[in-house]
Formats: sequence, structure tokens, C-alpha cells
Amino acid sequence: MQTDVTENNTVLTRKDFVSDQAVRWCPGCGDFMILANMQKAFANMNHKKEHFLSVSGIGCSSRITYYLDTYGIHSIHGRAIAVATGAKLANPELNVWVFTGDGDCMAIGGNHFIHACRRNADINIIIFNNKIYGMTKGQSSPTTPVGLKTKTAPEGSYEIPFNIGEVAIGAGATFFARVPDNDHALMEDVMMQAYHHKGTSVIEVLQNCVIFTDGIHDQITGRDTRSDNQLILEHGKPMVFGSENKMGLRVDGMRLLKHELENGTGQTLEHDAAETDSQMHLALAKMQLPEFPVAMGVIRKVEINTYSESVHQAIASAKKRTSFKSVKDLFLSGNTWEIE
Amino acid sequence: MSKSALSPEMRKAVVRFSGDSGDGMQLTGDMFSQASGQAGLDLTTTPDFPAEIRAPQGSVGGVSSFQIQIGGTEIYTPGDQVDVLVVMNPAALKANIHYLKAGGTIIADKDSFNPRNLKKADYDTNPLEDGSLEDYHIIRAPATSLTREALKDLGLENQAMARSKNMFALGVVSYIFSRPLANPKAFIQKKFASKPVLIDANIRALEAGFSFAESTELFGASIVIPPAKLPKGNYRNIDGNTAVAWGLLAAAENCGRKLSLCSYPITPATEILQELSARKDLGAIVFQAEDEIAAVCAAIGAAFCGNLSATTTSGPGASLKSEAMGLAIISEIPLVMVNVQRAGPSTGIPTKTEQSDLYQSLHGRHGEAPLVVLAASSPDDCFFYSYTAAKIAIEHSTPVIMLSDSYLASGTSPWRIPENGELPDIKIPRFRKPAEEWKPYMRDPEFLNRYWMSPGDKGFEHRIGGLEKKEITGNLTYEPLNHEKMTRIREEKIERIAKKLPKQKVIGAQSGKLIVLGWGSTHGAINMAVSELIEDGEDNVGFTHFNYIKPLPENTEEILSKFDRILVCELNNGQFVNYLRSKFPKFNYLQFNKIQGQPFFISEIKAEIINTLTQ
Repeated sequence: MQTDVTENNTVLTRKDFVSDQAVRWCPGCGDFMILANMQKAFANMNHKKEHFLSVSGIGCSSRITYYLDTYGIHSIHGRAIAVATGAKLANPELNVWVFTGDGDCMAIGGNHFIHACRRNADINIIIFNNKIYGMTKGQSSPTTPVGLKTKTAPEGSYEIPFNIGEVAIGAGATFFARVPDNDHALMEDVMMQAYHHKGTSVIEVLQNCVIFTDGIHDQITGRDTRSDNQLILEHGKPMVFGSENKMGLRVDGMRLLKHELENGTGQTLEHDAAETDSQMHLALAKMQLPEFPVAMGVIRKVEINTYSESVHQAIASAKKRTSFKSVKDLFLSGNTWEIE
Repeated sequence: MSKSALSPEMRKAVVRFSGDSGDGMQLTGDMFSQASGQAGLDLTTTPDFPAEIRAPQGSVGGVSSFQIQIGGTEIYTPGDQVDVLVVMNPAALKANIHYLKAGGTIIADKDSFNPRNLKKADYDTNPLEDGSLEDYHIIRAPATSLTREALKDLGLENQAMARSKNMFALGVVSYIFSRPLANPKAFIQKKFASKPVLIDANIRALEAGFSFAESTELFGASIVIPPAKLPKGNYRNIDGNTAVAWGLLAAAENCGRKLSLCSYPITPATEILQELSARKDLGAIVFQAEDEIAAVCAAIGAAFCGNLSATTTSGPGASLKSEAMGLAIISEIPLVMVNVQRAGPSTGIPTKTEQSDLYQSLHGRHGEAPLVVLAASSPDDCFFYSYTAAKIAIEHSTPVIMLSDSYLASGTSPWRIPENGELPDIKIPRFRKPAEEWKPYMRDPEFLNRYWMSPGDKGFEHRIGGLEKKEITGNLTYEPLNHEKMTRIREEKIERIAKKLPKQKVIGAQSGKLIVLGWGSTHGAINMAVSELIEDGEDNVGFTHFNYIKPLPENTEEILSKFDRILVCELNNGQFVNYLRSKFPKFNYLQFNKIQGQPFFISEIKAEIINTLTQ
């Protein structure tokens, strides 16, 4: 959203969004990166500070509301999205951000997540995906990979995990992006794009938990491997990756394939985040190692009417049509009688 | 045939309309209520229809009924026993005959008592002819054939003509109670404005019924019940669910905030969600959530953002919302939860009434989690108590549970529309000094409420949440003494609301042998039972009825101390009586409980009181 320009061009800085509370995450946690980028992005949004609302659920990720100097609700486990939806409907001028984790959002809060994607209220959801329950100290989550040993899967997890992008796009999300926690420029860029997007925006951050899943994203995010293992998407640009961008994507029958480019970029597909048909976005979101690089950046960004807009439009037109000026007119409508 | 129990001098009467689900009995009953209200009578109604959307036609399970008591004195219940029973088919007779008092009048559509319908209702012989109903006064009205005759030149199909026979029945009943037809005719003209042929059809059927009754002289003189002495003003009939919705709308308008209603469909509360969905014309923001938890959480979000916020539900939904109610309590934000109770536990009997969510409302959350509990006692005062729930929630920064139930939700009673300025003001607690001097958990020194500052209020950015807060600053803290202090403040804040509540009143004896006590929707039956005893000369019995459950009115203990014994009547296994036992253990409590999914009858309460007095 982009409707609420600050008064008198008051320039907000990152510091305006730093609260007076001491940040209590483990040293080296990926959450610090998200907090810093969010504060920077907030300052750049040109939105009245009193109209920012941060909402979170339960888990390490969700402590972030105390560290952001905005209006904030640290709610209950899994329910941040529901709280945020009620808030956005109550006051459409608000710039609403939800902070959640893979357990909070995809397990206990899964129902609210899919309905937020389908409903398309104008809220932004950042999912800190470290593939484990951190705050309760190391149990399997819905994104824990098969084979990973956790405290609740000591012999290695045998549950098939969710791919967050697949769930989001499958449930009708109009905006889905993925970023690694160590790419500051990309993360801030994606946050800004989410802010400008009208509708529910979902951002998955591949976030490192230094205690329970340290290095779980290393193959994707590591300095040496990331150019081969990440495909950074830009709308309208060819989809290329690998050292010197020599790799590309093509379609073969019903399948997406990676291949080496021979002559420049002409043989690869071009990314179209605005395509309403979601099948290519799903295919991109589902790409995983080792067959494919992992897609990063904005995978899907489609603009349709938002739920919050529709609700308030319906109210405005009902008000225009009615003869009721106040509740008293309603009470006196229909069959009434007078006793003298 | 025995003589009719109807007499021209009667001051109140109970009529029950019954027929197949498709016979339009609810509409017929509604129209009779309107006409009776218009004539200045007091009344209370209750519908009784099958849970199935389309029950098999002509079967006993598919019978739909509507009961109304009208009177020239105050009427608080739809009546125990019926004076006039209208039956549109044999199944309706079978399902309802036990409601009819001895000597009562049956008005039957004799045309529908054919072998096919008799078989569906499991009658071997025609009860209208076989003498089995000789204790009653039977009017065998050829409703189907006379309706057809009246409509024959309108060019309607047989089935369409049959659909008007409910108006024939209304015509007959209108004659009996001297109701002119102007009111139902106006209703018909409005309802079928787009289909003139149906206006004709329904009005002709109505007149045919009226003429039939007038000309057959089966009734003797018709009955004129003089109007009740009701306070002057504008009135309308209202059901409990509509009254809840309108109370919330009125509260939002009076405090100048928008209304957010966030709910999930559940019987018997759904009509509140539906009514407010239709009230976008008055600015209601309605969110039909994906589940009960999302509903209450969205309401919490809306409340933090400065809207009057409510969530409406029934018992199973209230169970799901309990964790979030704890969040609202520790966050100290205004929130109204309306629980339209039904028979439980679990799915229970979803369409039947019970007062069994009182424990849940008072205690059904983890931790020390006090909130305000109110209960409405008639369909029309659901308006006042949902308004009051909103007022208390806002003024005292607390969640409030307002209890209604299935009986109030679908029953109707005349509601006096409040005049401008008649409802109490709602004062929003705002921090009036500069933001720099403010802390999120500062409190009003007298009532301990927090100030309601919301997104959009510049400089008041703050965080709330489920973790324990440091007093005044609202910072997170696990300090042991702070937790104890905050726990006590949250309880004390609720108890101090009692200072603002009206004093509890006693009807009848102000001290003596026995006080009869009720709460919520049982008011009508208990009040009428005690009033009848007082009329009969009983001067040792008092009656007091509670709408404020937590906190209790300040003079509760004083009232109870003036009686030797306390008889607590409620539609559960003794939840309010046990609450009182824990609050005021020194008194001598007796309890009268009914757990049948049905409201109290006046007669059974009266019998219980007499029985208690003689022991």
C-alpha cells in the first residue's frame, strides 16, 4: 500500500523505529538481520509513523514487535494474521506487518495463513523460516526437511514438509517473495515491494537458527555456493543464474528444466511476476536443490482488488443508498407502533 | 364437544400456530404479533421449528410452530399452556396437542386430515372425528377448500393457492381476538409489492378466514383483550439476536467509534452476524472469519485500533475463543463477546436453550483471568445489555461477556425504542495530557482502567501483548511481586465496576422466609410465578433477578441476608447457586434446576416455591 504520506515531509530514519527494549536473540541469529532491514525499510516507506502496526504470534521471531517502535501487538500462538486482518479492516490507513515463524504460521496458524492468502487483505506477512521450533528448543516444524534429527524426531523426520511458497501461491496469494537472511539489499528491496503491493504479501526469509539448525540454509546462502544455488528473480528480466549467469531455465513438455546457455540469455525464460496464471510461479517456488537453484526475490506479484478495499467500498455504497442517517432511523423503520 | 375455554373476559391468551415447515407458520405468527402489538397488547413469542432445513413434508418431525402470549397485563413468557391451537395438518396436531390446556380450542384445517396425511402422522383414525379430542373445543375449518374457492379466478396453480391457507388461519384467529385486518393487509401489500397477484391471493385468503369465523358462529362473541399499560413511546417487536446487533450499533454511534464485528457462523448466534452484515448502511465493519479463533483475534486487532469490537458466538465457539480472551484480559483492551448459549456440552442440542455456560464465562480461561459477565433477561433487553456490555468494555478497558441464549435469540417481545439521549453516555477513557507524559499501563485512579490510545494517535506508539507487563510502563517483566500486583489489579479493576451498577431490586416481600432468585433468560417465568403467588396472598416470598453476574451488584449480600432461605432457579445443574455459595457461604441455599433444553414453565416454578414453603 502507498496511501499515507508523512506530513510536512518529516523524514523518518531507521532510528525512529528502534524501540528502547534490549534485543534478546542468540548472538548470530538471523533475526537480527530481519530486524535491521525492516527498520531501514520502514524509514523509507514515507508513511506516518503512527499508522504502522506490527503484529506477531509466539516464537523467537515474534519477539520482534517489542523491538520495533511502532504500534504493536504481540499476540498468541498462530493468530497474528487474524489479529492483523481485524486491525486492517478497522483502519484501512494502517501499514500492517505480521512477523511469524514456520511453526507459528504453518502449523498452529496454518488456517489463518491460507485464508489470508485467499482473502487478500492488504497486510504483509514475513515468515522467519528456520525449519525448527526454536523457542521451545528444537522440535520438528512443518518445514523441517525429511531426515533432519530433532527432539521430536530423534531418528530423523519422516514427515513431508511444506514448501511455503507452494502453499501461499496455491492458496491464492497475490504476492510471494523469498529471501535469504544474509542478502540485505535483496531483503530490503523485497520489503519495499511488499509495502507497495496492494493485497496480502508473503515474504519467506530463509533464516538461520544458530542453536538448533545452524547452517541449514548454507548450501543455498553460502558465499561459495550461492551464485549456483540461487536464482534471483527480477520481473521482466531473463531467469539466469550460476557463475557468469551461464545457466537458464526452459520448459520441456510439462516440466521446468535448467540448462546451460550457449549464446547469451536468449534461450532462457523471462520472469513475469505479474502473470495471473500461477502455474509458472508455483514451479519456480517449488524448485529445490540439487535439481534446481532456489528461487529468490519476488516470484509472484499480481494486483487485484483487496479484501479491505472491497469491504470499505461495500460500506460506502451501502451508505450512499440508504435513507438511514442514524440507528434511530433503523429502529423506526418497518413495523412500529406508538403508545401514548 | 365440550364448551370452549375461551371467554370474552380473558385478559391474556396463548395461541400456537403449527403446520408443516412449508406452511408459513413463522410468518403467520409474526403477523399476528405485529397486529397485537399495534393494538397495544404486551406479548412474548417463541418459535419452535425443526433443526433440518427441509424435513419430510407432512411428518411429525417436520412440524414448525410459533407460540405467542398476548395480554392486557405484563407478559413475560410465551405461556405454559395454549388456549388456541392452530393445526394445518395431522402431524401438527400430533406434535402439539400436549401443549393445549383442557377445554382449549383447536382450529384444524379439516381438508388436510385425509388418509395420506393421517398415515404420515401415524393416526389410524381421524382424530377430528373419532371422539379422541372430546375434551377440547374443535373448529373444523375447511381452510384448503375455502382458500381455493376464494382464489379460483386468480389463475394460480393448486400448489400456489395452498400456500395462502396460512392467511386463512390468520383470518380466523384475527376474528377470535377482534384484530382488524388492516395491519396484516398492509404487511401483505408491502411483502408482495412486486407480485400483485400474491397480494390479492393472500388478502382474499385472510378475508375468507375472517368471514368463515364470523359467519359460522362457532365461537360466540369474539374476545377483546384491553391494551396493556405500557410506558408511552414508539414500539416494535424484536428478537434477541437483532436486539444484540442493534445494541452494538447504538453503542458505536453514541461513543463515536466504528463498530467491528468479527464472528463465525454458529447456531443460535448466526443472526447477529447476518443482521450486522446487512448494516453496512450504518457503517458496520463485519468480518466473517475462517474460524472462531480468527474471529476473536480479529476483534482484538480491531479493538486495539480504536473500534468498538465484538465477537458473537455460542458455547462451542466460546470454548475456542478462551485463549484469546486471556490475551484481551492481560492487554486490558475493550472487547465484547456475546455468547448465545445452547444446550451442551460439545455439540449438545444446538437449537435448544440452556444457561450452562456460566462457569465457562466466569472461569473458562487459564491463569487468573477475570472479566465482566452480564446476562440479558428478555428478547428486547438484549438491546440494553449488549449496549451496556460495550459501555463497560470501553470505559473499563476490559473484555465483557454478554450472555443470551437460544430462547431469547429467537423469541420476540415488544421493545420500546429509546428516545434520543435516553441511553447512558459512553465516556471513552483518553489520556488528555501530552504523549511524553504517558505510559501504556497508567490507570485511572478511581476505576483502574487503562487509557484507550490507538494507531493514529501520534506519539502514543506502544506495544501490547500476552506477556506479563510491568505496572505503569508496560515493559515485559517476570518479576514475582509485579506479577502478583498486576493479577490483583486486574481483579480489583473488575470488582470496582460494581460501584457504577444499579442496585439489585427485590419484588414482593423485602425480607422473610424465602427469596426466589434467578438470572438471565428465566426472568419471565420466575417473575410470573412469584407474581401469581403474591396475587394469591403469599406475603413471605421475595424475588430478585440478576443481570450483572460479575461483578455482582454491591447490595447482593445485604439482600440475601434478609431471608431465611434462598431458592436459586436456573437452567443448568446449579452454576449460579454455586457461584453465590463461593461468594457468600454463610447463607442457606436451595436450588431448582431444569436441564431439558427447554425454558421453565411458570407452573413448575410455582409448584417448587409452594413445595419449598411447606417444607
